[in-house]
Amino acid sequence: MKKLLIGNEAVALGLYNGGIGLVSSYPGTPSTEITEFLAKHDDIHSEWAPNEKVAMETAFGASLAGMRSACAMKHVGLNVAADPLFTMSYTGVTGGLVICVADDPAMHSSQNEQDSRHYAISAKVPMLEPADSAEAYEFARSAFELSERFDTPVLLRMCTRIAHSQCTVEIGGREAVPMKEYVKQPAKYIMMPGYAKQRHPIVEERTEKIRAFAEDCPYNRAEMAENREIGIITSGCSYLYVREVFGENVSVLKIGMPNPLPEKMIRDFAAKVKKLYVIEELDPIIENHVKALGIEVTGKSLFSAIGEFSQKTIRDAFLQEGVRIDNIPEAQGAAPAVPGRPPMMCSGCPHRGMYYTLVKHHITVIGDIGCYTLGAVAPLNALDSTLCMGASISGIHGFNAARGAETEKKTVAVIGDSTFMHSGMTGLVNVAYNATNSTVIILDNSITGMTGHQQNPTTGYNIKGDPAAKVDLEALCRALGIRRVRVVDPYDLKACEEAVLEELAAEEPSVIISRRPCVLLKYVKPKTPLKVDSGKCRGCRKCMKMGCPSISFKEGKARIDRTLCIGCGVCEQLCAFGAIGGEAE
Amino acid sequence: MKTTSVMIVGVGGQGSLLASRLLGTLLTDEGYDVKVSEVHGMSQRGGSVVTYVRYGEKVYSPIVTEGECDYIISFEKLEAARYAGSLRKGGKIIVNTQEIDPMPVITGAAEYPADVLETLKGQGFDVDDFDALTPALEAGSAKAVNIVLMGHFAKFSGIEKEKWTEALKKVIQPKFLEMNLKAFDLGYNG
Repeated sequence: MKKLLIGNEAVALGLYNGGIGLVSSYPGTPSTEITEFLAKHDDIHSEWAPNEKVAMETAFGASLAGMRSACAMKHVGLNVAADPLFTMSYTGVTGGLVICVADDPAMHSSQNEQDSRHYAISAKVPMLEPADSAEAYEFARSAFELSERFDTPVLLRMCTRIAHSQCTVEIGGREAVPMKEYVKQPAKYIMMPGYAKQRHPIVEERTEKIRAFAEDCPYNRAEMAENREIGIITSGCSYLYVREVFGENVSVLKIGMPNPLPEKMIRDFAAKVKKLYVIEELDPIIENHVKALGIEVTGKSLFSAIGEFSQKTIRDAFLQEGVRIDNIPEAQGAAPAVPGRPPMMCSGCPHRGMYYTLVKHHITVIGDIGCYTLGAVAPLNALDSTLCMGASISGIHGFNAARGAETEKKTVAVIGDSTFMHSGMTGLVNVAYNATNSTVIILDNSITGMTGHQQNPTTGYNIKGDPAAKVDLEALCRALGIRRVRVVDPYDLKACEEAVLEELAAEEPSVIISRRPCVLLKYVKPKTPLKVDSGKCRGCRKCMKMGCPSISFKEGKARIDRTLCIGCGVCEQLCAFGAIGGEAE
Repeated sequence: MKTTSVMIVGVGGQGSLLASRLLGTLLTDEGYDVKVSEVHGMSQRGGSVVTYVRYGEKVYSPIVTEGECDYIISFEKLEAARYAGSLRKGGKIIVNTQEIDPMPVITGAAEYPADVLETLKGQGFDVDDFDALTPALEAGSAKAVNIVLMGHFAKFSGIEKEKWTEALKKVIQPKFLEMNLKAFDLGYNG
């Protein structure tokens, strides 16, 4: 059967048809849909775990039990799960284990653009890298066999462009893979020094075995053209851009397994072409390998380590090199300069009322990762820092430990419900245990928002939408050692202000749970849109200070867009002249 | 045959993913090699979004760069101007005349350019501008702007209207089908 699929759906189908029995993941753009598509199959176990480390260890446990398993995460999620990864390389697997990791060159939805291939090299595990959905399907499907054949976890590297691009994929059926028998194997699975010392040489031997496999495997291929003036070694979507520019008229060594890289195959290819190039997004992994073989090659001096490539990147670089290129596109004209349109918090977003309160009182805000990171943009400009998942709470603890009473009374940490479950809890333990007078605000919108609405342990539902154990955030914070825990409705500005000022003034750490569900949730019904009484509006622009996309300023008066307004009423509370309210005409 | 490139641009939340799914389904059914590149995640939150659709006998790259685009379908005026540099010489821009203020305009840091489409026309761009919001509301929802625009584009696609209708039936949930078929017709005849 042929189907048009995004890369992530193709990965999900590949894993499914490859005999997966369990998937455990934490959402993260651009990896999220892999697990969402797998969750549609009721004959496998699928779940959202609280974080990537838990997810990977769950997949490890299933593999240990003899089942083919997988986890999926974004590139920075692999940092969180790096601990199990490095030692799973030593233990190897029983059931095949595939770790899908999605890089984000150009940082469409991320805080850095790290290159996950470094993890494959340093953890000494093989990595596959498809160039489109068709390969994503095939590589994911066959990754289990690779994993079991060489007794190793396998990394499947995606990137944003492949994860979210569609092409036609030929899909087969699901392979019936029986569970393997569970046998106690202490020397393989108990990684304490005595056993780990025995495993390390096995890992090194394995790498050489897989390298030999890489010389003649379905993942790497040389595509020789008549033209041997130049030769290009490339991988991932860069391969597509190369073909877009040159068609079939260029010799290409297409790498689908960036770790371990072949040696003989590269030497043979290099010997057949006059000038050799490596085209790879992000870091010079292939290039450094080629150079280590003593082969002259042009790579990062021509193709940047920053951002995404395109056919234009490649066309421009080769024109600069004096290489002949046909069919150079001719634009109609240049685009006129227009104002930017950055992403922003939605109309009626419950985070806005709390942010307005913090900004009004000039509070320093240590931020975190989620939709609420958008509080950093104008006009709120509410945040002082955003680092990684969970860093708001650990960060405020260090900030206050460094500056003491000077900052304790005017600094808060903000963190979402899902991020708090991911890695905020441990930071809160540290606040209580090592006693800084820190104030933490949990922005609880009852969903994992930014990645597109996934359930988490605080929502009361699992990945299938079925009722599940629900974490009681208030009780949890108390159990972690915080005595002052209170809940406010962020649509109530007066209550927000009271809570923030009282908890900042308190002489002990406290948690404010700012609770209201995301307005985009289906069960949240919008209220009647508000309107501005232009007779009463004095044009003071106070309502504009919270940056609601529904409110604009035209001809000296505020105006509310009734197609966007959901009637949250926060602006109504801000207006000193009673000009906002009622129902739209 | 030459590859045809289409860009669907607009503001996050305007329904560009559904529009690209419609086009992708139609073109696949027509037997073309098709590539679609979408935007998910952060930029969906009210930001500028672009989806690429490319089709032909053999398509490699899923994205469209400077001077390569045959048709830009824009859900909003400003966004048509933002991506105009992608249009090839002789390409066409189909644009909804709706204005949605971006945050720099809302905060007063920038002004919404008053005559942005006239500027483009003055530069020689082939701009087909029309109000897609009114027919969308007539069909039943402001959210149907995407299908009104695709209906308008259908006239230039060289693919029969019946084929478009079949593709609509595949990608739209039954309870919204009637409204969207009406929106498509209004766009097609508009």
